[in-house]
Amino acid sequence: MGDKKVTIEVNGQEIETQAGRMLIEIADEVGIPVPRFCYHKKLSVAANCRMCLVEMQAMREGMENPVVPACATPIGDGMKFYTKSPKAIAAQKGVMEFLLINHPLDCPICDQGGECELQDIAIGYGEGYSQYTEAKRVVKNKDLGPLIATDMTRCIHCTRCVRFGEEIAGTRELGMIGRGEHTEITTYLEHSISSEMSANVIDLCPVGALTSKPFRYSARSWELNNVDAIAAHDCVGSNIIVQTLHNKVKRVLPRENEALNEVWLSDRDRFSYLSQTHTERLETPMIKKGGEWQCCDWNTALTTLVAELDILVKDKKNTIGALLSPSSTLEEGYLLQKIVRGMGQHNIDFRIRQQDFSQQTLDPLYPHLGVNIDDISTLDAVMLIGSNIHKDQPIIGHRLRQAVLKNDTKVMAVSHRQYSFHFPVTENIIVHPQRIALQLAGIAKALLTLNNASAPTGLKEVIDDMLITDIQQKMAEKLQAAKRGHLILGNMIYGLEDYAQIRMLASLIASLSECNIGYLTEGANAAGLAIAGCLPHRKEVGKENNQDVGLHAQEMLSKTLDAYILLGIEPELDTLNPQQAINTLTASSMVVVMNAFVTDTMKQYANILLPISTPLETSGTFVNTNGMWQSFTGAVSPYKEARPAWKVLRVLGNLFELDDFDYRSSEEVKESIASKYTAEKFDNRIIWQEHLFENRINNVNNEPIRISDVPGYAIDAMVRRADALQDSLDMQIADKVLMNEKLAQVLQCHADNIVEVEQLEGSGKFIVAIDESIPDDCIYIPSAVAATTNLAAPFSTVSIKE
Amino acid sequence: MTNEVCFRTLHLDKPSSLDTYISIGGYQVWKKILAEKTSQMDIIEEIKISNLRGRGGAGFPTGLKWSFMHPPGGEVQPSMQRYIVCNSDEGEPGTCKDRDILRYNPHQLIEGMAIAGYAIGASIGYNYIRGEFWEPYEQFEQALSEAYEAGLLGKNIQNSGIDFDLYTHLGAGAYICGEETALLESIEGKKGQPRFKPPFPASYGLYGRPTTINNTETLASVPVILEKGGQWFLEQGKPNNGGTKLFSVSGHVNKPGNYEVPMGIPFADLLEMAGGVKDGKKLKAVIPGGSSTPVIPGEIMMDLSMDYDSLASKAAGSMLGAGSVIVMHEDTCMVKTLARLSHFYYDESCGQCTPCREGTGWLSRIVHRIEDGQGKNEDLDLLNSIASKIEGRTICALGAAAAMPVASFIKHYRDEFQYHIDHKKCMVSMK
Repeated sequence: MGDKKVTIEVNGQEIETQAGRMLIEIADEVGIPVPRFCYHKKLSVAANCRMCLVEMQAMREGMENPVVPACATPIGDGMKFYTKSPKAIAAQKGVMEFLLINHPLDCPICDQGGECELQDIAIGYGEGYSQYTEAKRVVKNKDLGPLIATDMTRCIHCTRCVRFGEEIAGTRELGMIGRGEHTEITTYLEHSISSEMSANVIDLCPVGALTSKPFRYSARSWELNNVDAIAAHDCVGSNIIVQTLHNKVKRVLPRENEALNEVWLSDRDRFSYLSQTHTERLETPMIKKGGEWQCCDWNTALTTLVAELDILVKDKKNTIGALLSPSSTLEEGYLLQKIVRGMGQHNIDFRIRQQDFSQQTLDPLYPHLGVNIDDISTLDAVMLIGSNIHKDQPIIGHRLRQAVLKNDTKVMAVSHRQYSFHFPVTENIIVHPQRIALQLAGIAKALLTLNNASAPTGLKEVIDDMLITDIQQKMAEKLQAAKRGHLILGNMIYGLEDYAQIRMLASLIASLSECNIGYLTEGANAAGLAIAGCLPHRKEVGKENNQDVGLHAQEMLSKTLDAYILLGIEPELDTLNPQQAINTLTASSMVVVMNAFVTDTMKQYANILLPISTPLETSGTFVNTNGMWQSFTGAVSPYKEARPAWKVLRVLGNLFELDDFDYRSSEEVKESIASKYTAEKFDNRIIWQEHLFENRINNVNNEPIRISDVPGYAIDAMVRRADALQDSLDMQIADKVLMNEKLAQVLQCHADNIVEVEQLEGSGKFIVAIDESIPDDCIYIPSAVAATTNLAAPFSTVSIKE
Repeated sequence: MTNEVCFRTLHLDKPSSLDTYISIGGYQVWKKILAEKTSQMDIIEEIKISNLRGRGGAGFPTGLKWSFMHPPGGEVQPSMQRYIVCNSDEGEPGTCKDRDILRYNPHQLIEGMAIAGYAIGASIGYNYIRGEFWEPYEQFEQALSEAYEAGLLGKNIQNSGIDFDLYTHLGAGAYICGEETALLESIEGKKGQPRFKPPFPASYGLYGRPTTINNTETLASVPVILEKGGQWFLEQGKPNNGGTKLFSVSGHVNKPGNYEVPMGIPFADLLEMAGGVKDGKKLKAVIPGGSSTPVIPGEIMMDLSMDYDSLASKAAGSMLGAGSVIVMHEDTCMVKTLARLSHFYYDESCGQCTPCREGTGWLSRIVHRIEDGQGKNEDLDLLNSIASKIEGRTICALGAAAAMPVASFIKHYRDEFQYHIDHKKCMVSMK
C-alpha cells in the first residue's frame, strides 16, 4: 500500500484514493454496489466466491477486457472498471447460477430466510427458473455444540467461518476439507467449538448453513423489533441490538462500534438473554413470615421493609450494609448509596470478590484500563498479571491478539495458572499465587538495575538478597524497551490476600519502565459504580469520605450486621467466601434481596425478596473500562411483577422520607451524577508506599492451597442461567478439581475419581483431573459454580479425601 | 536433429548417472559460474536471447520471468530468502516428458536448477515431483546425492562462497498441485489450492518469499543454452519459438513416446516419427498440448507445425501447451472422449472457487448423460453456456482447462453429439 494518490474510474465516475487498495473497498466507500459473499471487511481476502467479478478495461489496446474480482484487485492509477456493464452482469449472473444449482432453495424452512445474503442477491442476479436438472448435492450436518446449528447442504463455501476461526477467534477449529464438489466445511476433529467468540460465525455466514441454535425456528427476522442496548457482562460494554417479539427477547446481535467491539460479540453477551425466562425468575415480591414465604404485592413488601429497617437503623450505628453486583447500573448504584448514606451510614460495596482493601484510598477514581480499547493494537509490550484475558474479557482479548498478529506486540504473563491464550506469550511465569509478589519484586529489581536506580524505601531489604531470574530479566528488558508498554491487572488479582503489595509492585514496574498500567474488572459497570459512590470510603464522583469510612465488602460479610440490602448478587456464588457469606447473612435479622432470580439458598438467608429487572428490562447507564458512559433503554418490559431496580430504590428513598428522591426517569438520575462529574485523564500508577513492604513480602507456606478463577460462563446470575452457555465446552470444568501429576501423587488422587474437598467447615465433591497448567502445591477449583457454595475463600488451604 | 538438449544422454549407457553426464560436458557451466561469479544479469540476458519459453504449458518467456526477481531500482530486500522451485508435478493427461528427464537426465535438471537459483539469487531450491512418480523420484534422489557427494551442491560450493541446497518434495497425487501457487501451498504443508494473483510468486512466493517456478523441461534446457549460447538454441526452432521441444505423442499411433525435436516441426513429420496412425486408419482428431487444450480436427492438424504461434493461430484455435499430443483415429467416439476428459476435471477441481467447483460437475454430468443416451436437445447449448461461465472467471486456469475441451469438442463434432441425443447411441462404430 502506501500514501500514493491515484485516480481510477468506476462506471465513468472518477475516484481519487490511495494506490494498492482493493477495488471493493473503494466501491463500498463511494456507494457503488458490488455483490459479494466471501468478502468481509474484517477478514482476509479469499476471492473464492467470484460474485464480485467486474469488467476491467484491458491494459493494452486490442486485448479483450477481462473480468476481475473486485475484492482481490489492487487498484493502480488510470484503471477503469465497469460494475454494471453487460459483461460484468453476465459474470455475476453466471456465478449466481453456479451457487444456486446445488443450493437446496429451501428458503421457506430456512432460519436465514429474510436476512440471507444469498436470497437477497439472488433477487437481483438469479433467474426465475433453473437449467439444472441433475441430482443436487446433500451434505451431512455437523455438531458444533449448543450455540451453532448447521445445515451444511446450504453452504456456499465462502470460508468466512474458516477465516474467522484463523484470524479472529484464533482457534482453527473449522476448516474446509475434501476437494471439488465434495468440499465441506467441518471441524477438523469432531467436537464442539470452544472459542468464546464462536457464534460470530452465525452473523458471518451469508446463507442458512450456520444459524443460532437457541434462536432457531422461533421467529422470522422481519417480525422482530430492534432495540439498541449495551451488553452487561464485561467491562467493555459491547454495543448490541436486542431483537424482541411480543415483549420477549428473541435474539441479541452485535451493533457495530469500531471503538469497542467492532462487528463482533462474545458468546456470553450474545446468549445471556436465554436466562430471561429461566424457571428461577422471581415473579412477585415475597416476605418471610414465621419462617414461611408468602407472595405479596409491592406495596406490602415495601412498607414492611421500610418499617423494619426504620426500627433497626434509628437505634445503632453500622447496622445496615449494602452489597451490589458490579453489573448494576450507574443509576441503581447511585440511588442505593444515597439510601445507605441517607441513613447516615457508608457500608456499601460492589467489590465483592476482593480480599485486600488495605490500600483502597489509593484506588483511582474508577478502575480504568489505562489505554483505549481501540489503541490496544498500538501497544508494543503487554504484561498480564493474573488474567485469563480472552475468557474474562473476550473483546479485549481479541484486540490484544490482533496487536500480537499485526503489531508484533510482545505479551508476557504472570499468573497462578498457565492459560492457553490464543496468541503467543513471549515470557510466562506460572507460580503459586503467594509467590506472585516475589516474582514482581524480581522484575522490579531487574528494572532498578537497568536504570541504575536504588530500591525505594521498604523494598531494599526485601530484594537485596534476591536473585533475578532469566525470565524476570527478559520481562524487565522488554518493558524497558517498549515505546508503549502496558501492565494489566486481571480479574483474578483482586482475590489475593496481598493485592495491595502486588499492585504497588506492578505500579513500581510501570513507573521504572515508563509503561502505563490498567485494571480489568468484573462486571459491566465497576467504573460506573465507583463514580456513583458505591464505595465505603468515597461518595459520589470520588468525594473522599476519610472521616467516616464505612465497612468494605469483606467486613460486611464477615461480621454480621443487623440488616443487608443485596442488589443483583447471589452471595453464595458471587462473593469471595461463600461459606462465610451464607453464615453471616443467615445470622442477620433482616436481609433484603433485590434480584431477578430466586433460589432455595437465597430463601434461607433472605427476609424479603424483591423481583427486579435484568439489564434487558431496564433503562440505565454502564461506564466501561475506558470511562465511556453508555446509556440504554429497556428492550422488553419487566418479567411478571419485576420492576426496574432504579424505580424500586427511588420509591424506597421516598418511603424513607429521604431528600432528593423525586426522579422521574433514569436519565434524571444519571444527570444528577453527570452534572457533578468532570472527566479527568488520570494515571493509574500510584505513589510508592514505603510502609507496605517493611521487611516483608508474601511467600509460600507449603500446604496445598486452592487456586481459582471465575469461568467465563459463571460470572453473573444471568450468564449462569443461560442454558446453552452452560452446555458449552468451557463449563465442563464446573465440577472438576485440577492438579498437576506431582501433587496428585502426593495426595494419592487419580484422574476421574470423585474426591471430597474440605475448606474450614464446608466441603464439596469434585472429579479429579490432572492438568499440568496448575503450579506445584496448588489445586484448582473454579469459583462461582454450584459445587463451591459450601467452600471458603480461594487462595487458602484445603484438604482432600477420597 | 533429435535429442539435442534434454535427452542428450539418452543414447548413452546408464544415461542418468553422474559419470555419464560429466562425460558429455555436464556441470561445466555450473563450475564456470562458481569459478567466475558470472553476472546474474548476463545469464538472464542469454536466456532471453535463447527465446526459451515455459515448457509447462503457458509458454511464458523464461528470461523475462527470471528478471522479475531483479526489479528495477535494485533489490528491495536483499537479505530476504528467495527460492527456485521446479514444477515436476506432471499431471496433465497426455504428458510424460518431465518424467523421462527425471529418469534419464536428472543431473541436467539439477545443474539447471542450480544455475537458475544463482541467476535469481536463490540459495534454496525445491523440486516438486508428482506423487505417482515413484521411480523418477528415486532416480532424481539418487542423482541429488551424487551431486552432493561430488561437491556440486551445498554450502560454499567449491569454495566459491556460493550456497545452493536442493530438496525433493513428492506430491500426493493432486493434479491441481501442478498449478504453481497450489504447488507452493503444498510444499508449505497446506492443502493444495491455488492462490489468487496478484501478488505473484516473484513478490510473494514460497513461505511468502520471492520465488521463481519453472517447469522441469525449461530448467533442464538451461545448461545447454548457456553452454552452446542463446543464439544457438533460438536457431534450433524458429523466431519467437526458439529451441527444441519434447513432444509426448500418445493415442492411436504405432510408436507412442517422447520425441525431442526442433520447435516448429510439421505435425505430419512428428506423426511419422511416431510411426503414423495405428492400423493405417484415418486421422480424426488431435489434442495437441495436453487434455486441456482445444481439440483440432485431423485435416486441419496435418497442415500445422508444432510451435506456440502455429497452434494458437486462428485456423488452429488451440495451444502448444506442454507438447502432449493425443492422436485419435476415425473410430474414436468424441462424446465418450469428452466424457472422460470432463470427468477428470470434475474429479480434480480443488473446490475453492465457485465456477469450477460447481461447473465442472455440471459439465461432466451432462456429457455423461448424453453418452448414456439420456441427452436432451438443449444440452449442447447448455454445455457451451456453462463452459463460457467458467472460463476466465476462476482463481486459476483449471476452470479454463475444463471448459476449453467442451467448447472445442462441440464446435468441431456437434453432429456426433447431436446423433447421441437423437438416436441414443453412438454414430462411430468402435471396432
